[in-house]
Amino acid sequence: MNSRSLQTTIIFLVVGGILVLAFSGALGSASRGFTSVLVDIQTWISSRFLGFQDFVTAPRDIVTLRTRNAELEAQVSQLQAQLIELQQRVNETEILAALVDFSRSNPESTYKAASVIGRDPSPFLHYIIINRGSNDDIRRGMPVVTNQGLVGRVDAVIADAARVQLITDPASSVNIYLQNADTNAVLYGSVTGDVSLDLISQNATVESGDLILTSGLGGGYPADLIIGQVVTVRSLEFELFQQATVQPAVDFSRLEIVLVITNFRPVDIAPLEPVLTPSP
Amino acid sequence: MILQSSVVSQVKLLSGYADLPFVLIAAWALQDRVDSSWHWGALTCLFSGFISSMPAPVVIAGYLGAVLLARALQRRVWQAPLLAMFSVVFFGTLFFHISSFVVLSFLGTPFTFGDVMGLVTLPSLLLNMLLAIPIYAFMRDVSYWVYPVEE
Repeated sequence: MNSRSLQTTIIFLVVGGILVLAFSGALGSASRGFTSVLVDIQTWISSRFLGFQDFVTAPRDIVTLRTRNAELEAQVSQLQAQLIELQQRVNETEILAALVDFSRSNPESTYKAASVIGRDPSPFLHYIIINRGSNDDIRRGMPVVTNQGLVGRVDAVIADAARVQLITDPASSVNIYLQNADTNAVLYGSVTGDVSLDLISQNATVESGDLILTSGLGGGYPADLIIGQVVTVRSLEFELFQQATVQPAVDFSRLEIVLVITNFRPVDIAPLEPVLTPSP
Repeated sequence: MILQSSVVSQVKLLSGYADLPFVLIAAWALQDRVDSSWHWGALTCLFSGFISSMPAPVVIAGYLGAVLLARALQRRVWQAPLLAMFSVVFFGTLFFHISSFVVLSFLGTPFTFGDVMGLVTLPSLLLNMLLAIPIYAFMRDVSYWVYPVEE
């Protein structure tokens, strides 16, 4: 064995011995310090490399992410549109279900459902336009209701649409019956859309919360359709009649679907009304 | 008219709302190059009379009155078109509402003048005036497009 190979053998033995001692734990704290330094160096190099890798690959990722983001945004928009459409259908279904319940609980009448498609262009008048007309057997004078109560009556009809005068119209008057007070009165509309009662007998005891129904007098509307409730009563001794303000059962600002009572024919009692002739 | 009936009439200020066909007709009639304002006014009367329950004479007087006023002012205050637009909208709306009030009262609709002025006419007037500027600009562009200058 020459001196060169002897030197190599000694180095291997020394290194191997150190490693054996280190692995067996004989070196203790010296070994832990050494390994922790190694780990720190490894961590530092690794983090720097990852940073560098991110820097190099980031532009490509941004393009990918932007594309993906655009796709997802389009998908979100589509889903939002679907959600709105479904929400609208749910609302419509709820309204129709309520109307079906109403028609089942009032089987004496036949109904035709119609959507509200417009309002009168003039702010002086309270009319709505519905998408049913003479092709659907809608006739002038037919009452229009919702599940909440009376809406008005058909004023004019064309083939596929009709105009409905609301009970809030200033020219509208409805003969009503106050259930608790057991008396009749007349409901008037106004230009502001409020409704009020007039011609209530001074002998009647009317209170806030009293239910108002159609009386059927005059032949313009069927009896017992709900209109609303009395809010306040004004009774002055020197006046012939009492007046009252009314909270309508129907929300006229949110009318979407209505029911036309098609088996009701209004009676025109004008020829029976006395004609005033000047006394000689 | 469809927009008026289905959209604009739902946007209320108190009990009043804007009259889109009225403002459009007024703005169109104020354009120098336009010579068809009477035709459009008549067409608006026809559609409005068809949809609305307002008596036809009121509708005719209202819309054609606006065209008449606009044509008269166009030749006099032509250097201040916006002033003319505001004048037509202001006086035209007042005229339209007062004639509506008078005719409907005459036909038996119970109105209180104070309620009509405070809750219907003034809010409608304000909304019409707000619409006047953008609609005037829009109609001016439309008139340039429909009636291009011949060189």
